[in-house]
Amino acid sequence: MTDASMQNAEPGRHSVSLMATDEHTRKRARAEKRFRAYGIVAIATGLFFLVVLFTSILKEGIPAFTRTVVSVDFTLTEQQREESEGVLLKTKAYSDLFITALKSKLDERGLNTEVDEVAIERLLGKVGGTIRTFYTQNPDKIGEQIEFDLAASSRVDGYFKGRVSRDTIQDSRFLQKSDLELVDALEEAGIIKQAFNWPFITGADSGVDNPGGAGIGASVIGSFFMMLVVLGLSLPIGVAASIYLEEFAPRNRFTDLIEVNISNLAAVPSIVFGILGLAVFIQFMHLPQSAPLVGGLVLTLMTLPTIIISTRASLKAVPPSIRDAALGVGASKMQAVFHHVLPLAAPGILTGTIIGLAQALGETAPLLLIGMVGFVARGYPDGFLAGFTEPNSAMPAQIYTWAARADAGFYEKAWGGIIILLMFLLTMNIIAIILRRRFERRW
Amino acid sequence: MGMIAKIFLKETEMSFVKLSASALAIAAVSATTAAARDNVQVAGSSTVLPYASIVAELFGENTDFPTPVVESGGSSAGLKRFCEGVGENTIDVANASRAIREKEVKACAENGVTDIMEVRIGYDGIVFASQQSGPEFTAFQPADIYNAIGAKVMKDGALADNSYNSWAEFNGELPDVEIAMFIPGTKHGTREVFEDKVLLAGCESTGAMEAMIAGGMSEDDAEDACLDVRTDGKSVDIDGDYTETLARIDTNKNGIGVFGLAFYENNTDKLKVATMGGVAPSTETIASGEYPVSRPLFFYVKKAHIGVIPGLKEYAQFFTADEIAGGSGPLANYGLVADPELKETQDEIANEVTLGSGS
Repeated sequence: MTDASMQNAEPGRHSVSLMATDEHTRKRARAEKRFRAYGIVAIATGLFFLVVLFTSILKEGIPAFTRTVVSVDFTLTEQQREESEGVLLKTKAYSDLFITALKSKLDERGLNTEVDEVAIERLLGKVGGTIRTFYTQNPDKIGEQIEFDLAASSRVDGYFKGRVSRDTIQDSRFLQKSDLELVDALEEAGIIKQAFNWPFITGADSGVDNPGGAGIGASVIGSFFMMLVVLGLSLPIGVAASIYLEEFAPRNRFTDLIEVNISNLAAVPSIVFGILGLAVFIQFMHLPQSAPLVGGLVLTLMTLPTIIISTRASLKAVPPSIRDAALGVGASKMQAVFHHVLPLAAPGILTGTIIGLAQALGETAPLLLIGMVGFVARGYPDGFLAGFTEPNSAMPAQIYTWAARADAGFYEKAWGGIIILLMFLLTMNIIAIILRRRFERRW
Repeated sequence: MGMIAKIFLKETEMSFVKLSASALAIAAVSATTAAARDNVQVAGSSTVLPYASIVAELFGENTDFPTPVVESGGSSAGLKRFCEGVGENTIDVANASRAIREKEVKACAENGVTDIMEVRIGYDGIVFASQQSGPEFTAFQPADIYNAIGAKVMKDGALADNSYNSWAEFNGELPDVEIAMFIPGTKHGTREVFEDKVLLAGCESTGAMEAMIAGGMSEDDAEDACLDVRTDGKSVDIDGDYTETLARIDTNKNGIGVFGLAFYENNTDKLKVATMGGVAPSTETIASGEYPVSRPLFFYVKKAHIGVIPGLKEYAQFFTADEIAGGSGPLANYGLVADPELKETQDEIANEVTLGSGS
């Protein structure tokens, strides 16, 4: 516009054909091209970091999904069981029985490397717990021959995954250089092998000396129950609050104040909610410590502002003509909102909810203070309701705990845990997308 | 039209009813279960955490009690929570990498926590280690560490602000590389033993303390001044755990880190340990007391909770059993130095002997 009028105003100086591009147009075209280039660079940078992130997560995390197992036929007699149950450290007794059985198997086979029981113990993980649990759950199997796949020790596992090599290994009570010969021989004999790591996906946390037994399953359940609490509380409360504020509340200083405070609340660091949770839910209301219920309540406080803000935004985005039309045909205010405005705003509300939930899912800081970070290895809850109150951890807390442990096997598990966390998040997002598709109404 | 609207309303109402019902259910659950806790709740020192987690797992596997929950957070934070009061919403056991202080006992008493059982589980060594492929740091004296990171050191016979850049400047036997030390932050119990057994010892043996007193300081002030570390970035406080220190050492080949013995033993392929005062750290030298930098580890049990929280006394007894905390148990295997007086500790637990009741 301006250019055209300028040219008309001074035809003498700039009589250029419309067909030829002049300097100014070219300049604008260049500026646009530059801007597009910036945009592409920005996207490429983002993509680059995404690729780096994903490759490093996958590279470090994939090994967590395989494990090294020692696979042996083992028979437990009733007498052996009674003896083992009679001592304090029952798992150790079972583990010793297993080692003896394994040694006699090896002696029978006549491997050419020397085998002693201490060396076998170094190769094995903490297997006693697995064996005892099996026989406690299946007492009818006593006396039968059972093929056990039991976790090898963390260093043997590391040897198969390249974490431990012959060059870097230092003799220690955890593993001797000479043990690697035995490992190679056992691998040839098919006794030590790689297998898919089901216990990692289904199990609970384990002690620091037992990386082979650590699993993330229990904390997935913990996170699941927390998300149930967050969803069950923050969605109805958040949506009700925003509908009232947006559609019914009078505009005055008081509602302005509320509005400002909701925005402020959204920016409060999450650890603050943790302290609040400790003071209010545990110390004042006497809710159980380390329970997903309390975790969920704390995260609800954190998620509410996010949901309120996004719900209000999507309610605002519904054109006023819809409300006017509804009111015009005689609907009450509430009918107009619930029949017409809310369904149209539903996709936006869902998006806000899922963003809030995703944020809550990845939080560790607020859980630190309510006892969900640390060693929480209760395993699966006894029932649906117990899932809310029995001590449990959450996925990010579990990952954080593993990353801080001395054994390198746990570091790998932390990365594996990140993959599971991302998968959980992805599942949540997919459910939200499906729901949004179903709710979507066009006008 | 009206019909359709009505049905629609029903739908929305229904889902709201469902949601609020679930919210109510949650509230009801919380009301009923707030009454009973069936697991032992532990918190405290991050140094004791690994051992406590081993015991907790075994306790869950070997007894009919549920697996205890063990949280970390540091000795001081754990004892603070321990002293919050008596009741199921407070913790039963506090882990500590130092003995409880007089003022903590007082704070406990003010909140009604009067009967506290002290349990010593063993000893932990603190080692100085550097990158496996880094310069040859193989032997330290407390004086070397003090000269490297003390705030005021002896230089040319006089007390001066620490300006040493390289280890070789004060000890020709050490490598001529830049000083970079990663020491535990002040919230760690490890810091205290590091100050007492290394910095203070070094301060005395270099003569810096004497010079400070000669310069007009009282003995107490001089002791405090000995614990100051230089703030020019040559000494870095690590507030996280040993994995963070390890990561710093990994990226700095001249770096010296302070680790627990168990952590070092789990990472011997990455770390190279230095002797202190001529003694190499090992479970044997620490148990015999030859290695100078070691400290006892404790946990504290709230006696009022015994009989209320199922499995609490059993947990304490299980922890200190010969099969667990003894010389060939899983704790020693992980790096804890077994307590030669374990038998007495076991008797104390059996008799529920508390602090101050005379043992």
